[in-house]
Amino acid sequence: MSVTANKEAWGGFESFIDQNLAKELLRFTTAGSVDDGKSTLIGRLLHDSKSVFEDQLAAVKKSRINRSTGTVDFSLLTDGLRAEREQGITIDVAYRYFETPRRKFIIADTPGHEQYTRNMATGASTANLAVILIDSTKGVLAQTRRHTYIASLLGIPNVLVAINKMDLVQYREDVFLRLQKDFEALAKQLAVPHVVAIPISALMGDNVVARSANMPWYHGPTFLEHLESVPLRVETMSDSVRFPVQYVIRPDASFRGFAGQVASGVIRPGDPVVSLPSERKSRVRSIATFDGDAPEAFPPMSVTLTLEDEIDLSRGDMLVSPALPPRVSRHFEAMVVWFNAEPAEPGRSYLLKHTSRTVRAKALKIRYRVNVNSLVQEPVDHLQMNDIAYVEFETVSPLFFDPYTQNRTTGSFILIDPISNATLGAGMIRADLSDQTVTEDSAHKPVTASERYKRHGHYPALILVEGNPALAARLERALFGEHFEVVHLSGEDTPVSVLESQFKVFESTGLVVIYSCGSLDPDAKRRLKALATDRFFDLSALDLPVEERDAVPKIFSLLQPLRSLADKKGQD
Amino acid sequence: MENASKENGKSLATDAGLYEGPGFIATKTLNYLKTLEAESIQIFREAAAEFARPVMLYSIGKDSSVMLRLAQKAFYPGKIPFPLLHIDTSYKFPEMIEFRDRYTREIGVELIVHKNQEAVDAGANPFALGTQKCCGLLKTKSLLDALSEGGFTAAFGGARRDEEKSRAKERVYSFRDSFGQWDPKNQRPELWNIFNSRINKGESIRVFPLSNWTEADIWFYIHLEKIPIVPLYFAKEHNVVIRDGSIVVVYDNSVVLKGEKVQRIVCRMRSLGCVSCTGAIRSDADTVPKIIEEMISFRRSERENRVIDHDEEGSMEIKKREGYF
Repeated sequence: MSVTANKEAWGGFESFIDQNLAKELLRFTTAGSVDDGKSTLIGRLLHDSKSVFEDQLAAVKKSRINRSTGTVDFSLLTDGLRAEREQGITIDVAYRYFETPRRKFIIADTPGHEQYTRNMATGASTANLAVILIDSTKGVLAQTRRHTYIASLLGIPNVLVAINKMDLVQYREDVFLRLQKDFEALAKQLAVPHVVAIPISALMGDNVVARSANMPWYHGPTFLEHLESVPLRVETMSDSVRFPVQYVIRPDASFRGFAGQVASGVIRPGDPVVSLPSERKSRVRSIATFDGDAPEAFPPMSVTLTLEDEIDLSRGDMLVSPALPPRVSRHFEAMVVWFNAEPAEPGRSYLLKHTSRTVRAKALKIRYRVNVNSLVQEPVDHLQMNDIAYVEFETVSPLFFDPYTQNRTTGSFILIDPISNATLGAGMIRADLSDQTVTEDSAHKPVTASERYKRHGHYPALILVEGNPALAARLERALFGEHFEVVHLSGEDTPVSVLESQFKVFESTGLVVIYSCGSLDPDAKRRLKALATDRFFDLSALDLPVEERDAVPKIFSLLQPLRSLADKKGQD
Repeated sequence: MENASKENGKSLATDAGLYEGPGFIATKTLNYLKTLEAESIQIFREAAAEFARPVMLYSIGKDSSVMLRLAQKAFYPGKIPFPLLHIDTSYKFPEMIEFRDRYTREIGVELIVHKNQEAVDAGANPFALGTQKCCGLLKTKSLLDALSEGGFTAAFGGARRDEEKSRAKERVYSFRDSFGQWDPKNQRPELWNIFNSRINKGESIRVFPLSNWTEADIWFYIHLEKIPIVPLYFAKEHNVVIRDGSIVVVYDNSVVLKGEKVQRIVCRMRSLGCVSCTGAIRSDADTVPKIIEEMISFRRSERENRVIDHDEEGSMEIKKREGYF
C-alpha cells in the first residue's frame, strides 16, 4: 500500500490527497506461464515496490510450496486458486493492484498457454500496455508471437518486452541486443506501435524496480520506471460523440434523462446531437449528475443527459454528433476470438451484445483463421475454442459502430449463445459491408462516387498549400492517420494545368488532394476554386500558427464538414 | 455561433475561428478515482437495466457505504431502483444495526433484513460449531435462502479484488448456478465493459461494482465524498478480551471465556463482521484523515483481523465456491 508514505513531504493532509488524486491509472496485461517467470516478475514488482502486506508475505514464507530456486517463491503471491498453487499453473485472469508515488496500476495477469487465448484476450481488452516476457535462454518463441499478436489484435497501444532471466546468460549485452532485434522485427510485422525492451532478472530483481549493477551497459529505464512514465494517450475528437443510452431515468413527469457512459467525444450543453436509430435531432440541455450539472462530459464519464426536445429514446439507442456519425449497418466484418468448446459455424444464429444493444446476429462466412503461433491465415469452415478468425456478420437490426481501431467501445461486441447463455466469443469490428451487398440488380453497375465517399467516410477535397511543402507533408501524414484517403501532389512534379485536367478523376475516386506549390497566380486559384467549389480549402487565406505542429489540428477542425455524410443524405 | 455555422455545412473553409470547438482534438483526463466511479456507475446501470429483479447486498461496512453512494449517483435524480438486503447473523455489532436502520431511512431506500432464524434459535454460534460451520449456516445459507425467497436474479456485492487472493480472479459479473455456487474454473469470459446478463431460471449473477477499487481508494472516496460510516471504524475505548492474539470487543460478559480478562483498550475496527469473529486493532485514529494516515503506514492487509479467512489455506475460496460472498 505504498501511497506516498512520507508524511513530512505531504505539506498537509489536503495537499497529500490532491497529490494522490492527480495520479494516472495505468492498466497493463501480462501473459506467460510459470516457466518464463511471469508470476515471479509480478511478485517481485509487488514486493520491491512495497505493495505486499506483511501478513501476506508471511503466509507465502511459511507456505509448504516453494517451486522457485530462490528463498522466497514470489509467484505464490499471485497464484490465487488452490489448483493453481498445487499444480504451479495459472488458470484464470487475476487482477492485481499497486501504486507508486507517481501512478496507480491494475495488472491483468493472464495465463500464456495456447488453450488460454481467451483469458489473454480478456485481460488485454482493457489494457493500455502489454508486458511480453521473453526467456533470454530461449528467445522469441511461438508463444511470444501469440502474445504479441493478441496485444495488437486487442488494440493495446504500448508493448513492454521484458527480456527475462538475464542472470542465466551472464547478463550479456549481445544476447539482449539480439533478442531486442528479433522482437522488433515481429512488432513491425504486427504493426505494434510503441515497443520498449528492457533486460531483467525477475528472480534476482535486476532492473525490475532497482537498477541492476550487473548490466552497466544498459542505460534505459527499469521495468517500473517505464510503467511510471509511458505516455497514456487520452485524446478524443470533440465532435465524435458516442453516447450509448444505458438507462432512462424518469423520477417524475418533469425530468427525463438518458444515462450512459461517454464512449468518445466531448459533450457540452447546447451541442447538437442525433439519436440513432431514429435519426431525430435535438440539442443537449443539461448534463445532470449527483454532484450538480456538469459543464462538459467526456470519456469515460458516466452522466445523465437531458435534451431540448421530447424525442423517443431508450436503452440500446445512441446519441452521436451530427458531424461525425458512426456507421449504421447490419452487415460488417470483424476479428473474432472464439471462447467456447461448442464450435462456431457459418449460418448459426447468436445474440450479439454491442454497447447497450443486444441483437440477433448470424455469422455469414469465415474468411480465414489466424494461426496464433505462425500468424499464417488458414481457410476453415468452423471455429474451435481459442481460434481467432476474420468473420462476416449480419444482424437483424442495425448496429451503430466505428472500426475497433478508432473506438474500442463502439467497435467491440460479444457473442452469446441464445440457449445456454454462455459468452461464446468476442469481436472487433474492422469494416462496414453494407455498401458491398451485391444483388442481381447491382452486379453489373459501375461503382458510383457516392458509394466511394460512403466507404471512405468523407467527401473529396482540394487543399492548397503555398510555399510550405513541410506543412503539406505533415498534413498528409495526419489526415492519413485519421483514416482519410489522401494524396499530396507537389507543383514541381504536377503542374497546375495537370491538376486542373485531372481533378474530376481525383474527385470521383473520393480523394482529398493536398496541392503544394510556390505562389499560385490568382486566375489559377479561381479556376481551382470553381472546380472544387465549397470543398476548396486555401490555407494561405487563413491566419495559421507559424509552427506546423500547431497548424495541423486547426486545419483539421476546418476539414470536419468533409465527414458530414449523414447530414447530406440523398444529396449526391 | 460555432454550431450554427457548422450545421449550415458551408463557408467553413474561410472561418478560422473554430479552434476550440468542433473537430478539436481534445486531451481530457479524469483522475483515477473519478474513473473508478464512472466505471462502477456503468456497472450499476447495466445490471439494473438488464436484470428482472436485482438486489444489493448491504453489509453495513465501509465498502457497502461507498457502494450505496455510487448507486445513488448512478440513478440520480431518480431513486435507487432496487432494495437492499442485509443478512443478519444476529451477532453483528449493535452500532452496525443502529447505523443501518438510521441511514437507509435517511436516504429513502428499501431495506430487507434476513436471518436464518431456525439456526439462530437452535443456538448456532462459532464456539459451538466452529467458524466455518457457523458462517455456512448464518451467512451463506441465509443469503442463498434470502435470494431464492426474494426471486432475486442479480445481487450487487461490495467485494474488491484486492481483498484476498481468490477474489482477485472474480469477474465483475460472477455467475452462480442454481445452487448459488461459484465455479472458478468455468467463469464466463468478460471483455471490455460488455457484460453478459443472460441467465436461465434458478441461476443468478453476483455483480461487483467495486471490483477494481482498493482499500485506499475506498477511504479516499469516503473522505472526499463525506460518506457516513459506522462509528466503529473510529478509535474509541472499548471493553475487550484478547483471544488468540485478536482484540475482541465484549458487549456482554456472558461471552467471556474461562481465563479471559476484560480490559479497556483504545481501538477501532478495520473491517466489520460478527462481534466474536472480528478483531479490533489498537489505534487512536478517530477521523477519516487519521485512518488514511494510519492505513498508508500500515503494513498489514485489512482482512487479517477476520478469524474466518484463516481457518486453513484457501478458506475464502472454499466459502466462495459454496456461495459465500
